[in-house]
Amino acid sequence: MNIRVTVNGRPYEADVEPRTLLAYFLREQLKLTGTHIGCDTTSCGACTVLLDGKLVKSCTVLAVQADGREVLTVEGLEKNGQLHPLQSAFWEEHALQCGYCTPGMLMASYALLQENPAPTEEEIREALSGNICRCTGYVNIVKAVQLAARKMSGETQETLEVAATHGTSTD
Amino acid sequence: MALRQTEMRPMGKPIGRKEDPRLIRGKGRYVDDVMLPNMLYLCIVRSPYAHARIRSIDTSAALAAPGVKLVLTGEDLASMNLAWMPTLAGDQQMVMATGKVLFQYQEVAAVVAETRAQAEDAAQLIEVDYEPLPVVVDPFKALAPDAPVLREDKEEKSNHIFHWEAGDREETETLFRDAPVIVSQKVRFPRVHPSPLEPCGCVADYDPAKSKLTLYVTSQAPHVHRTVLAMVSGLPEHQIQVISPDVGGGFGNKVPVYPGYVIAVAASLKLGTPVKWIETRTENVASSHFARDYHMTAEIAAREDGKVLALRVKTIADHGAFDAAADPSKFPAGLFSIVSGSYDFKAAFVEVDGVYTNKAPGGVAYRCSFRVTEASYLIERVMDVLAQRLGMDPAELRLRNFIRKDQFPYKSPTGWVYDSGDYEKTLKLALDRIGYEELRKEQAEKRARGELMGIGISTFTEVVGAGPAHLFDIVGIKMFDSAQIRFHPTGKVIARLGVRHQGQGHETTFAQIIAEELGLSADDVLIEEGDTDTAPYGLGTYASRSTPTAGGAAALCARRIREKARKIAAHLLEVSEDDVTWDGIAFSVKGLPGRSVSMKDVAFAAYTNIPEGLEPGLEATYYYNPPNLTFPHGAYIAVVDIDKGTGAVKVRRFLAVDDCGNVINPMIVDGQVHGGLTEGFAIAFMQDIPYDADGNCLAPNWMDYLVPTSADTPHWETDRTVTPSPHHPIGAKGVGESPNVGSPAAFVNAVVDALSPFGVEHIDMPIFPWKVWSILREHGISE
Repeated sequence: MNIRVTVNGRPYEADVEPRTLLAYFLREQLKLTGTHIGCDTTSCGACTVLLDGKLVKSCTVLAVQADGREVLTVEGLEKNGQLHPLQSAFWEEHALQCGYCTPGMLMASYALLQENPAPTEEEIREALSGNICRCTGYVNIVKAVQLAARKMSGETQETLEVAATHGTSTD
Repeated sequence: MALRQTEMRPMGKPIGRKEDPRLIRGKGRYVDDVMLPNMLYLCIVRSPYAHARIRSIDTSAALAAPGVKLVLTGEDLASMNLAWMPTLAGDQQMVMATGKVLFQYQEVAAVVAETRAQAEDAAQLIEVDYEPLPVVVDPFKALAPDAPVLREDKEEKSNHIFHWEAGDREETETLFRDAPVIVSQKVRFPRVHPSPLEPCGCVADYDPAKSKLTLYVTSQAPHVHRTVLAMVSGLPEHQIQVISPDVGGGFGNKVPVYPGYVIAVAASLKLGTPVKWIETRTENVASSHFARDYHMTAEIAAREDGKVLALRVKTIADHGAFDAAADPSKFPAGLFSIVSGSYDFKAAFVEVDGVYTNKAPGGVAYRCSFRVTEASYLIERVMDVLAQRLGMDPAELRLRNFIRKDQFPYKSPTGWVYDSGDYEKTLKLALDRIGYEELRKEQAEKRARGELMGIGISTFTEVVGAGPAHLFDIVGIKMFDSAQIRFHPTGKVIARLGVRHQGQGHETTFAQIIAEELGLSADDVLIEEGDTDTAPYGLGTYASRSTPTAGGAAALCARRIREKARKIAAHLLEVSEDDVTWDGIAFSVKGLPGRSVSMKDVAFAAYTNIPEGLEPGLEATYYYNPPNLTFPHGAYIAVVDIDKGTGAVKVRRFLAVDDCGNVINPMIVDGQVHGGLTEGFAIAFMQDIPYDADGNCLAPNWMDYLVPTSADTPHWETDRTVTPSPHHPIGAKGVGESPNVGSPAAFVNAVVDALSPFGVEHIDMPIFPWKVWSILREHGISE
């Protein structure tokens, strides 16, 4: 089946099997491998992306269901070589270790801050409860989301200086 | 908050991680991200039975299915001499079943096709005719004389794998005979699973034109994997390149060589094209290495004042169908004999019997440090049983029995030489910080009101950093580790190590160690691990051994470079070598601090202006054989409240005070502790992999095997004391596994403490709400 889908602002046309899951379409056909697969029961949220601005687990959406719609993945968070405040906050607060849950966690945090720009710790923990992390114990993820919320509301101008010196060289 | 990587003298500072820029952009490169030209996909057919003879396998329909390139069975592998493989425990394990299957989800056949979906489709078409056999799931019944013998391939027709013991049996018996107080407790550490978020997988790429196999694989020990592959496949080791790319968590799950890797290699060898195998979560939980499953009985002999005298421990260890426990070869029960813990016992005797059952293999995984989780949980649990029996405060009992600071190096009754420790200081800091006395007062008031509040303490001693060559080897290879450091002319460094991180931050922390030793910033040092063609040989990362072994190697390697650098500095400063001093950043002339050269100047001279008689370049390699293990310790305190209506336990506070000697990066250590405590919490309250009488695995994926979310997980408080390891080059000890080793006992002790007014002395994990609810109902407690 032919589908047209906009991913991170860029239009794609592709031929997919109806059974192809969105996660595999993103990873294998579009080579956007930041979206990860951590389970087979929709438990872990490592595959979390935004579909028309709404948070979905892309292992539980068919690629054909994304036809005519917009997808945002972790690769779309950075704009013009500038990390999204959530990305730099995750770095500054050491909110990632192995990095495998991080893309999905960033997307879920992104959706949360869109809806609730100043969440409490409890609201953050609740909002991220669809995303499993095996490394961090969540403490620093909560801190990072709080820091990003402050950054986004303009309360803080701080950025990790290493981001400025090395941040854009890895792409 | 992380500091810049450009910080000088970076040791001990919370430097921001060098690995993060790629990982927060979705630019990490994990195994399933590897895509090679003409790559095919492998899907494994698994046994629905726990124990059954295979009458026949019909692969014809699968072979005819669209996109299918190859179907393999155990017989095919047997013809390649690959049907069985050696395990790290010295047993043999089936790669694919020949003759019979021994656990549910065991590998029976495999399909290789052009797409993942085609491989999965064709796998469904394979027909296997099974003849079910009697199943053994209870390890105690497995030892009964009439139990069905599972391993017909073994010479000894028994389900008994090994008997192992440590300590002094006679002295222990004598002390028990005369002891005024003896407590005894049966304790089960349930079967759990490390469940890294990224499951296991590989891409095997055999290139017939070069006769070279490249294996991208989720591996914590890529060099060992290469050696084992060479031994199994017959390919020469220099024609095997194992690459462990970014790894999405390991937790011990990614130490072994799994059948899936060998099957993918076999398929690639046959087809001459890359073959990718990525397991599902269900395959990961149900067939890859489990953890724990120890059935333990501990007895403590003590005086009435609480002074402990002797410890006696007997354990039945359920190892599943093959003994594949990832242990150093002389230690079939790992380092379980550390079970005397932080206490000064006069004598101890420990025995462990390993048993085959119709379950998946494993045992050593999930931050266990080679069975230290079991040991630590047991002693910390039973010390509480003793305290309760004596009516003594558990903190007081511990303080009375701690190995004192001045007793280190301390020889334990089972033969370990603890390097250093200050247990009293660590516990007192924890008691103070959490407000222990006030908590006990609050508890007394709550008890008077009929409310249930518990306080649990765990004061554990870890043993990590295997290890000294005279004791430790993996398949014969001594458990050293290594570092190779090379300066470039402009003063920038590339360093490679024999370990392989899975998120523990080595790219940052090893850069800190090397930068500290060489007067650089962490930013000047690039760390690489995981490619066996480029990195020096090492034993890998597990059992919290990276800092003790490769951390030592990195420091000593840098110092080796500094020796040569001093000669070059002397040449540049035009003085004799004896007149050159090193202040941590630069070399200068003694008494003339103004006349100095930096390491950057020296590195440039090593390529441009080398003194006569000295080899050009500036690099070194160091293979470090540690003189001893490191023994980090900690004092953990949990405070819980129990809902009488539902039996739900709420962890109100949890404080972890760890002492891992000198800290390389406190931010990273805290992150390790947070993660490990979350695992300990999950183990204490929600994780278990039960098998029914037919050998069906009842928790084969994350619907039934629970992993805690952010909403479940308590907030963690951490603190530290610093007791350096005297034998380690930078005084650092391992720490990654301490939080999992130390925390389960604190949780369980807290719950038991809350229920102790009803005479409860022990509850086996996981402490599901229904267990607490049942206990409350038995005692007539209702909301």
